[in-house]
Amino acid sequence: MKFVDEFRDPAAARALVRTITELATEDEYKFMEVCGGHTHTIYRHGLEHILPDNIELVHGPGCPVCVIPMGRIDDAIWLAQQEGVIFTTFGDMMRVPGSTGSLLDAKARGADCRFVYSPLDALKIAMENPTKHVVFFAVGFETTAPSTAVTLVRAKQLGVTNFSVFANHVTIVPPIKAILDSPDLRLSGFLGPGHVSTVVGTRPYRFVPEVYGKPMVVAGFEPLDILQSVQMLLKQMAEDRCEVENQYSRVVRPEGNPQALQLLNETMELRPHFEWRGLGFISQSALKVHRDFAEWDAEERFSMPGIRVADPKACQCGEVLKGVIKPWECKVFGTACTPETPIGTCMVSPEGACAAYYNFGRLHRDTAIMVGERAAL
Amino acid sequence: MTVTPRAQSPRELQVLSRIEAFRQRRPRLLEDVITLAHGAGGKSSAALTDAVFLEAFGNPTLAALGDSAGLTLPSGERVAFSTDSYVVQPIQFPGGSIGHLAVHGTVNDLAVSGAVPKWLSAGFVIEEGLSIEVLREIVADMTEAAALAGVEIVTGDTKVVPRGAADRLFINTAGIGIVPTDRVLGPERVAPTDRILVSGTMGDHGMAVMLARGELNIEADISSDTAALGGIVSELLAAAPGTRWMRDATRGGVGTVLNELAKSANVGVIIEEARLPVRPIVNGACDLLGIDPLYVANEGKFVAVVPVEESEAALAALRAHPLGEDAAIIAEVVAEPPGIVALRTPFGGSRIVDMLVGDPLPRIC
Repeated sequence: MKFVDEFRDPAAARALVRTITELATEDEYKFMEVCGGHTHTIYRHGLEHILPDNIELVHGPGCPVCVIPMGRIDDAIWLAQQEGVIFTTFGDMMRVPGSTGSLLDAKARGADCRFVYSPLDALKIAMENPTKHVVFFAVGFETTAPSTAVTLVRAKQLGVTNFSVFANHVTIVPPIKAILDSPDLRLSGFLGPGHVSTVVGTRPYRFVPEVYGKPMVVAGFEPLDILQSVQMLLKQMAEDRCEVENQYSRVVRPEGNPQALQLLNETMELRPHFEWRGLGFISQSALKVHRDFAEWDAEERFSMPGIRVADPKACQCGEVLKGVIKPWECKVFGTACTPETPIGTCMVSPEGACAAYYNFGRLHRDTAIMVGERAAL
Repeated sequence: MTVTPRAQSPRELQVLSRIEAFRQRRPRLLEDVITLAHGAGGKSSAALTDAVFLEAFGNPTLAALGDSAGLTLPSGERVAFSTDSYVVQPIQFPGGSIGHLAVHGTVNDLAVSGAVPKWLSAGFVIEEGLSIEVLREIVADMTEAAALAGVEIVTGDTKVVPRGAADRLFINTAGIGIVPTDRVLGPERVAPTDRILVSGTMGDHGMAVMLARGELNIEADISSDTAALGGIVSELLAAAPGTRWMRDATRGGVGTVLNELAKSANVGVIIEEARLPVRPIVNGACDLLGIDPLYVANEGKFVAVVPVEESEAALAALRAHPLGEDAAIIAEVVAEPPGIVALRTPFGGSRIVDMLVGDPLPRIC
């Protein structure tokens, strides 16, 4: 596949692993990959097993489905059950458990929940069903927020009044800062967010090297992107540099996408604080629909219960999201909590560390060696 | 150069063993209403089958849960008997229609059981308001497909339901095939070093139907691969008489079929990712949607396990058939670890290929 195959080239990968092995002279490196998309690639392509032993990849909080707290899911289910509502969201959100089942369960019991690939599809459903009210359950970092923004603008332009957005958009910098402030972690550096950075650019991360003294390389999502970013981090450290570098320069510009940022400013505003699963309340870390668009704000139109629900006791998604524990260290991992019967969000999204590890990485070391090193058929 | 993979702690290995033990258990039915997951062919479907159908109908023939039931007549002749319902939406799509699927799906289940398909029944559930012209087209597709597959449709039924009680047209077919006397296929015959072949490119049907719905705003020239497999299966069996086991890779795709193989034969399967045949355009569409072609449905492809010494002859036979041009040897059977399907990436990485959870593409067959 053009523009993909070249980032999955085996010879180039082997060459990178060689350089990485040469550069990694210290006993231990701990790099956090911020995005769930990175985690997915790392497991899907078996990268964990080809990196040298002294490099550990720690999975970060950048999985939009994973960070939504349970109370917001309960609100979503409540909305979906309202008379005359068609409730729309991205596919993964349908399976996230609330305190009394998921949206998928609500759907089986009669709620009209539909999954869409874009908020514009939700707007289209609203226009096709003028007697219903269509709610779009918006989640995601600055990556997906602009598409919600465009939809809000379009709804206003077209005067579609039977449509609203239940905004749960979050921003990327506050959780990175929260992790850097957490005493549990001793990270050597970061594989920085890729797709988020297409919107926000690379400048917002300058505090990572400048204030916290950790190098960061904004990384793409193909296997070679990840390997090259690890190599760039090691090179910075070997050369005693500490800065934000951009490996994903084919899509990410330092200034990001000013048009998208402008649109976000017009349609959304920062919440004073927002609850993150596992990370607790973080101030100025999430976006709500701007007051100029109040008519399209589901939180203004409906009086949702808005009850804060503690995570299930057994679930350690919070620690997983912070990179404090590995997925398999969670007490319920793989037994009570599986992709089929998830307890926590990290087991739901393909970008969740638990799902990625369970679906792809759950191989005995000896098997991994045997599989990886066997001669090609 | 050899790189030592990251060492796993004893605790992690313990967790992995615990998970494996847990996975060996039959899944339990936990829900109190049917969700789409119960129809997706994964663990929820297995739980439903166990707890509701096997519980009620249980008998040794059914309990084998094969693609078809293997029955022996009083005369000693063996027949295979299979049924399937078709609810694809839309009912017509590039490369075929629900009519083609209704014939191909059932005859293919018989063919991969080693039987020669002979007779079909056809039951129609029609929603009030369906155009008779469309029904005629679909019935013509069935006629054409049956003729090419060498089967007769010998009994049938029609029901019409009020608008909204069905989605245009559902079809059920059941089929009977005759199993040649000397033919024995089964997972118990699968052994380490056996090779696994797939008869052509993966994922064409699922993506064709998905795109035909027009919900995705992706335009790509992808056609369903729906086809009757009786002919190509015969060619394979002639070239590789030691063939162990076959299955058509429909719902859940090749990945699901290999998991079923690993579990029922209690062997490990190692896939060579670089060998997997996928059309570039299908691969592109899958990548955009975040779907692995290994799990996308086919309606004209099957997976066969053959002894290593017959694998090249088997491959040549498949490739010589018009339906098998892109056939490939994709995997090997190993003794350890039993029940696991692993995949070797082109740069020597490895990962698990698990049963699919939840169908990303509902109503494709």
